[in-house]
Amino acid sequence: MSDTEEAANVVIRPDAPVVSGRNSSSPSPYETSPYETSPYASGNEEWQGVAAEDTDDVSAHVGAHLAKRSRQLLMSLMRPHRGLVTAMVALVLVEQASFMVGPLIVAYGIDSAVPALAAGNGFPLTLTIASYIGSGILNAAAKATFVRVIAALTQAMLLDVRGRIFDHSQELSVSFHEKYTSGRVISRMTSDLDTLQDLAAEGLDGLISGILSVVGISVVLLVLDVPLGLIALAAVIPIAFCTRWYQRVSRVIYRRTRRVIAALIVQFTETMNGFKAVISFRREARNTRIFRAVNDDYARANGDGYVALAQYSPTIRLIGNFTLTVVMVVGALRVVDGAIEVGLLAAFLLYVRRMYDPLEELAMFYNSFQSASAALEKISGLLEEQPTVAEPTAPQPIGEIAGRVAFSGVTFGYNPVALVLQHLDLEIPAGQTVALVGATGAGKSTLAKLIARFYDPASGTVTLDGVDIAQLANSDLRRGIVMVTQEAFLFSGPVADNIALGRPSATRTEIEAAADTVGVGAFIRSLPDGFDTDVHKRGSRLSAGQRQLVSFARAFLADPAVLILDEATASLDIPSERAVQDALQRVLHGRTAVIIAHRLSTVEIADRVLVMDDGRIVEDGPPKQLIAAGGQFAGVHAAWRESLA
Amino acid sequence: MSSLTTGAAASAATVPTVAPRLSTVRSLRRLVPYARPAAPAMAASMLAAGVATGCGLAFPLVIGAIIDGPITHRDTSHLIWWGALLLALGIGEAGLFFVRRIIIARPAMLVEARMRQDLYEKLQRLPVAFHDRWPAGQLLSRAISDLGTIRRFVSFAFIFLIVNIMTFAIGATLLIVLSWQLGLVVAALAIPLVLLAVIFEFKYRSLSRRAQDQVGDLATMVEESVLGIRILKAFGQSGHFSRQFLRQAGALRDTELTKARVLSWLWSAMVALPEIALGIALLMGVKQVANGDMSAGMLVAFFGVAMTLRWPVDSIGWLLAISNETAAASERFFEVMDSTEAISSPADSAVSQSASLMQAGSEQGPSGRGPASNGKAGHLAFRDVYFAFDDDPDSPVLRGLSLTLEPGETVALVGRVGSGKTTFTSLVNRLHDVTGGSIELGGVDIRNLGLAELRRRVAVAFEEPILFSASVRENVAIGLGSDPTATARYDVSRRNGTPGLDAPSDDAVTVVADGAISADDAVDAAVARAIRVAQAEFVYDLPHGLATRIGEQGLSLSGGQRQRLALARAIVSRPEVLVLDDPLSALDIHTEAAVEQALASVLADTTALVVAHRASTVLLADRVALLEDGRITTIGTHSMLMATVPAYRDLLSSSEYTGTSSTRSGGNPTGPRLEG
Repeated sequence: MSDTEEAANVVIRPDAPVVSGRNSSSPSPYETSPYETSPYASGNEEWQGVAAEDTDDVSAHVGAHLAKRSRQLLMSLMRPHRGLVTAMVALVLVEQASFMVGPLIVAYGIDSAVPALAAGNGFPLTLTIASYIGSGILNAAAKATFVRVIAALTQAMLLDVRGRIFDHSQELSVSFHEKYTSGRVISRMTSDLDTLQDLAAEGLDGLISGILSVVGISVVLLVLDVPLGLIALAAVIPIAFCTRWYQRVSRVIYRRTRRVIAALIVQFTETMNGFKAVISFRREARNTRIFRAVNDDYARANGDGYVALAQYSPTIRLIGNFTLTVVMVVGALRVVDGAIEVGLLAAFLLYVRRMYDPLEELAMFYNSFQSASAALEKISGLLEEQPTVAEPTAPQPIGEIAGRVAFSGVTFGYNPVALVLQHLDLEIPAGQTVALVGATGAGKSTLAKLIARFYDPASGTVTLDGVDIAQLANSDLRRGIVMVTQEAFLFSGPVADNIALGRPSATRTEIEAAADTVGVGAFIRSLPDGFDTDVHKRGSRLSAGQRQLVSFARAFLADPAVLILDEATASLDIPSERAVQDALQRVLHGRTAVIIAHRLSTVEIADRVLVMDDGRIVEDGPPKQLIAAGGQFAGVHAAWRESLA
Repeated sequence: MSSLTTGAAASAATVPTVAPRLSTVRSLRRLVPYARPAAPAMAASMLAAGVATGCGLAFPLVIGAIIDGPITHRDTSHLIWWGALLLALGIGEAGLFFVRRIIIARPAMLVEARMRQDLYEKLQRLPVAFHDRWPAGQLLSRAISDLGTIRRFVSFAFIFLIVNIMTFAIGATLLIVLSWQLGLVVAALAIPLVLLAVIFEFKYRSLSRRAQDQVGDLATMVEESVLGIRILKAFGQSGHFSRQFLRQAGALRDTELTKARVLSWLWSAMVALPEIALGIALLMGVKQVANGDMSAGMLVAFFGVAMTLRWPVDSIGWLLAISNETAAASERFFEVMDSTEAISSPADSAVSQSASLMQAGSEQGPSGRGPASNGKAGHLAFRDVYFAFDDDPDSPVLRGLSLTLEPGETVALVGRVGSGKTTFTSLVNRLHDVTGGSIELGGVDIRNLGLAELRRRVAVAFEEPILFSASVRENVAIGLGSDPTATARYDVSRRNGTPGLDAPSDDAVTVVADGAISADDAVDAAVARAIRVAQAEFVYDLPHGLATRIGEQGLSLSGGQRQRLALARAIVSRPEVLVLDDPLSALDIHTEAAVEQALASVLADTTALVVAHRASTVLLADRVALLEDGRITTIGTHSMLMATVPAYRDLLSSSEYTGTSSTRSGGNPTGPRLEG
């Protein structure tokens, strides 16, 4: 988890209790009024239990760092679209110019066309009308083009950042995802991006037209009349102060909004993903209360944002109206003194009025900007995460993969204090089928995950054909090594696509052949749409055993040099398991395989058995030899034999 | 390869649209009940906005008066009062802006929050079949971005749509009063504007809907890509998945660009038409001033007012856009809200509950067996059960399944992969409903029991254990339920001597009033016992023991560890009926043996249905039922079936592969078909 992001949480919630659920004597959030600050989203509730995360080391420069990081992200998103940005600025210039000549034309009409017409000269009037309508149409055209250009820019940026977050989250290591939670990634890619879209679609418009009108009108005002112009511009000073205040307040609020919406999404997705358990154990009422707490929190945070804006935006308006009154009074005196014409004053007043509308737009931009930068902080925090298991920048090429796997001096632990493997040495020759046995927690799965490079060892190396797997390109690594786990995750969509995930280039015939190999083809054909049947969310259309068979087919289709099976047959009945094993025996010919299974039937196809205990390999040899030796394996094997009776 | 994304999209497309497509106004009208609590605030906000606009309209009038008065007459003596009036209007306008915003801020949030809460609660009541069918991202996008759109509509767009139309009407009237010829030219604008709005609604609405659906599809892909990260990594297919994601994101971009194109036409018309009208008005005005029919101040005032009307007219374009988006969002929201809660408590569940309790209570104690035990608690009977999935009604998974479990009896369910065992177990606590026949618990059709009561009496351990992001203790204690009334009933039934619940007094479970499971020692005792039985003592070695957070937001556990916790959760409440779906598949042989031994004590007096793939699990059961072709074809003891039923032997025997097993076992029941 990004420490800066967590730090940000602390920055915005200095009052957030840093409690560990265990010794917390703080009252339950459900007892406090919903409008009290609920500690739900930041503090740990007792029911949530204690997780090892520290949220309280903040340094003073974190805020500056966050701002810089989000600015850099925004800039990098806009940079490739400089052309569009330029076009946008040009369009706003045209739009504003055509918009601003309006009052001037009216003034010209009053000051020149009226007397001219009275004198029988109709040309100034024709000119007035033609230019008024012309500027109106130009304005409309500019606006229409602007809408398209801004949409093109916004959508291009969104597509870019979506792709970046998606790819980055895919690159990040499994260990990162175990901590960050899917809900938060989803929140980064959905609601956080929405704020960015709001900024680009509505805010940028306000920013550019706001700045341009303010600058443009200021210049026009100063040219028209210096004293009046100075009065009008003096308003900028109080506005700057207000903006500074708003910046401070809204930044805090919007950070909270982003964090709370993430908590809400986490609760939502967790409920929907664990739905069967939720309803089976009647957790609905409790869920409802938990959701209510975070939902109310979100409403409160969002409401706070609205309230802050409700104070900021009318204040700008008030300053504008005050200035307008002063300009009017002073202007009237100057007209009476003969310093300026009436028409000029009229134009002046129209301009001043127009200047404060864009100022309000600027306020709105600032609002979207604050909201989006809070989201950008979160997004850039995710993007800043470095994959701990990264693809090497200069991968070592590897040609034809034979499948020789070796561990040398490998030490590994999920946390530094509790090591799972210590100085493990292991050599698996190409083509060997190895069964890995041992009690739960002996380190079998860890060893398998290290071969598949879900993690990197703390020290030592894992090699494939003598090449450190950390030096292999991802494509080479996955071409060489594939792991099938007990968790047979299927994606919604056709069965065929789920199998084809093993090798997207596979033809339908190859897909069906893979399914037939593991003995699930007949079943799939019996589904309503055969191989095109949608397996539904997480493959819920299929049973656990069928899902495992599909993931086997997927692995066979992938056709790797090294196949790792981690409890991949646990949900199969004996005939299916036998069918898979028959298939394995054929498929594994000339392939390296590491098989973890509690049910020792697998051992029957193994060339070699490794017995693991407490992170070490305690027995190593052909199955028959180990059984004969009468060690740990022999005992387990006997027990297993007995269990089949 | 046809992509998985098309799969996601296809499944989104197959999501049934419950309501026929309503017009924008009708879709928006459905929001009224939710918006009602905010109605006073909306009305007040509208009033404030209206009056503020009035102040804005008065501005040019006062300025016109100043030009025609003090300036024309070169008399500055009353100028200060005019200035004061102007300032008062300015303060009034700004103040009302503040009121307008502040008044709606909280109520609009509450509308959104209430809709979201209702959606969440509704989703918890909808059946599993609904959740299987609806992609997760579609639900999430409804709960988050659609409701955000609705909030913006309630807090802003709706108010301004009304205020701006009224402003236009008032402004146009004012202009007519100032100068009827010029005013009429501007007022005539309304006709093309309305026409435009209608055409726009027609085009924009379906685009909004498409964009929102695509947002939901994207969210689905994101969720799947993260939840399936291990698979994508294991096969190195992240890049492939990412290309599909980008393609889908590109489709969304295309829709958004089309939306922008449609909007740009509307917008340009909304801008150009008023300018043309004003150009004509200017022509007439200048002529009138020149003829002396109108004063210069009047013309300035006219244009001041006319220009104040610009924003209201301009803005109608995107206000209509937001309204259309809101209508589509409302449609999507109500699609879920209108879904039928196919599986719900019966209307008179309270009655039937007490009836069944009486029944349960009036019978004498535990484990009474025999044919006359139909009405007893723990008696579970499947009568000619049929089940077919919604999308495949013609080939039912279960076809006339009958099976009776006597109170306290353990029956193992054996069948080939895909024979419908898991489906069968999901019927007992009504995750799905039978499509034919019935299931009776204690002599009462389970559809006549309250859902909460049924699920309290029947506990399930799923094959794929689902843990929540919560402490170990909470994850296990969830099995005790969190509903105080349910727990009260639990106490009642316990006093009445329901089998399996003859717990020692220290197991009395209390639930505090707010529903959180109390820190009561009794809960701890129940949890500790369940952990002991499930051989899940490893939890005490976790960093914070029972208080360690596990699940997605906490420590990750191995498959075997998760499975044992799920088992502990199922047995913690000592339910009347236990349904265990291959509960030990991920355990190593020693642990499995230890769990089985401990479990035997629980199963001795609990009615249990255990899905089994292995002989070792089968041995937990008193009888074994063989599920073939959607029916129980054989039932008997393990040794009897091994001896007499080849299909059974084929399924469970460890002997060498015989060659017949890879074909689907035929439809001819080979053993005597017995009923309990």
